[in-house]
Amino acid sequence: MKKIIVLMGNPNVGKSVVFSRLTGAKVITSNYPGTTVDYCQGCLRLDRKKYDIIDAPGAYSLEPTNRAEEVAVEMLEKADVVLNVLDATNLERNLFMALELLERNIPMVVALNIWDETKHIGIDIDVKKLEKLLNVPVIPTVALTGQGIKGLVENISAAETRDVVEPTSEEEKWSKIGRIIKEVQRVKHRHHTLKDRISDATIKPVTGIPIAFFVIFLAFWFVRFIGEGLINFAFNPIFEAYRPLAMDLSQSLGGAGTLHNILIGELIGGEIDFVESLGVLTTGLYVPFGMVLPYIIGFYLMLSLLEDTGYLPRLATLSDTIFHKLGMHGHGIIPIFLGMGCNVPGTLATRTLETRKQRFIAATLLAVSVPCMAQIAMIFGILGPHGIGYIFIVFLTLFFVYIGTGLILNRFVKGESPEIFMEIPPYRRPSLITILKKTWMRIKWFLSEAIPYLFLGVLLVNILYAIGFFDLMGNLFAPVMEGLLGLPGEAAPSLMVGFVRKDLAVGMLLPLGMSAAQLTVTAVVLTMYFPCVATFVVMMKELGYRDMIKAALVMVCAVLFVGSIMRLILLGV
Amino acid sequence: MKLMIPLTRLNEGDGATIARLDGGGQFQRKLRTSGIREGKTITILTKQPFNGPIVVEIDGRETTIGRGMAQRIIVDVS
Repeated sequence: MKKIIVLMGNPNVGKSVVFSRLTGAKVITSNYPGTTVDYCQGCLRLDRKKYDIIDAPGAYSLEPTNRAEEVAVEMLEKADVVLNVLDATNLERNLFMALELLERNIPMVVALNIWDETKHIGIDIDVKKLEKLLNVPVIPTVALTGQGIKGLVENISAAETRDVVEPTSEEEKWSKIGRIIKEVQRVKHRHHTLKDRISDATIKPVTGIPIAFFVIFLAFWFVRFIGEGLINFAFNPIFEAYRPLAMDLSQSLGGAGTLHNILIGELIGGEIDFVESLGVLTTGLYVPFGMVLPYIIGFYLMLSLLEDTGYLPRLATLSDTIFHKLGMHGHGIIPIFLGMGCNVPGTLATRTLETRKQRFIAATLLAVSVPCMAQIAMIFGILGPHGIGYIFIVFLTLFFVYIGTGLILNRFVKGESPEIFMEIPPYRRPSLITILKKTWMRIKWFLSEAIPYLFLGVLLVNILYAIGFFDLMGNLFAPVMEGLLGLPGEAAPSLMVGFVRKDLAVGMLLPLGMSAAQLTVTAVVLTMYFPCVATFVVMMKELGYRDMIKAALVMVCAVLFVGSIMRLILLGV
Repeated sequence: MKLMIPLTRLNEGDGATIARLDGGGQFQRKLRTSGIREGKTITILTKQPFNGPIVVEIDGRETTIGRGMAQRIIVDVS
């Protein structure tokens, strides 16, 4: 039987880094609490013995208060050895869970992580004494650099049950913690540093709110800069080099026919148009790689940077007042940020919210009005030629939809909306290598997720087109499209395709020759009506099918309402 | 003499000693396990406008707390 090691600890103590050190596995970590919302499993080979290692989500105690903590406690049931990761700079409160864990009488090893920081902030801990008081091995570690990991591994293989620890009350635990801290820890007085002053400026509303706007503006400017740079200097040259190859293939297929239609698509003016041709090997490659991927790279680079500095919890604090009115709290900004890359991780991030009501609102609003990078590419793709003003209208509309739908849902969805309660981690200088690694992992994840759907999407489009399904749908939905939204019935099929991949819809919409105003309505409708099928599946898992049906109803109502209002304002009919 | 007031009554920059946490077991545990405990010195870093959350500092650590919760943290300012 393989033994199971479970990593337990408070949020944001570097458990995931310890985990990746032990297993060599690559996991995503950030400088904000609650990144690990699901458990991770890995393997450790030691003296010819194999261990399974589980990285449980962060928890403050073994009495769960949210879903992530419940998962952590479930994981503990499986443990043969517990590895309790403590934040050495925050020993006192980390000890509560340590004492709770000791009472479970499972062999245990303590990692005193973030050990290097204790010296910087003037904390002195007597490790030998702590070891004696807890009666388990305590090893100082710096997971980021790997310091102490070897000692940790040796102690894990030697871990055994000690004298049985009797359960005590909460009061008793706190007074015991008080005694331990008094014996093992000395804190030197510390002066206000530059870091503290930056921290203050970014969280006080007078300075913090302007800074927040500036940071967000800078963030998106950065994404655009990286994205456009990559397109101009890397992706477009690659596709131009590829073009003759595709043309050769087109010619050898005879320039028409079923196979040609599937692989190359339609030639436009005798040439391949990477956006409008709609073949698996033309549009199917160009849209995700040439249009979306460059921005995805820029976006994840920016997100990783923002995460690791520790800025996001400050943003959550500043925006809490608004999110509270929408039935969530400041943490609701995290799913939005992740969701702008891809709605799937965004939906998963709603788990950090405490109640069903909050999770339902966050996930629904995400699906309705937060465009993912593919949708953003779609919006820019169809409206870019008509000027930035129309793009601005789309984003402004989505913003109002988010606020409006949130206000309504907060009123009508039953349940509790607990307030924000969140630790603000100190600012940390992000490490370039960690950021690049993290960005790379996220891009890889996106690619493995995107490629199957993209081929499926293009294939589906071509098959459905061939059998005349789209004409049928166009006729069927023409009353809604034309009557309610003021759009041509031919735009209906692109909505179906949008369910698989929104970005593919661009190629189908451009040839319809719609006016800029019509395209604006289309862009909003396409963003709002349904998320892509991948997000749909994740939502179903997270919310359950009943809430998912409700969420879908909200989406349909919202899109019909907003679409017809926009029609009145923009099209004037 | 002891002067007990809810945390929300303090102004920015004010400090006090936490005297009592008014609430159920889960509420108390949540606060205590994140460092907000009776006997600790708590300082108000900022109060967000429009009844937004309060950011406090305890033992050099910053925490954001909603107004309603802060209302139930009773501090001693004497």
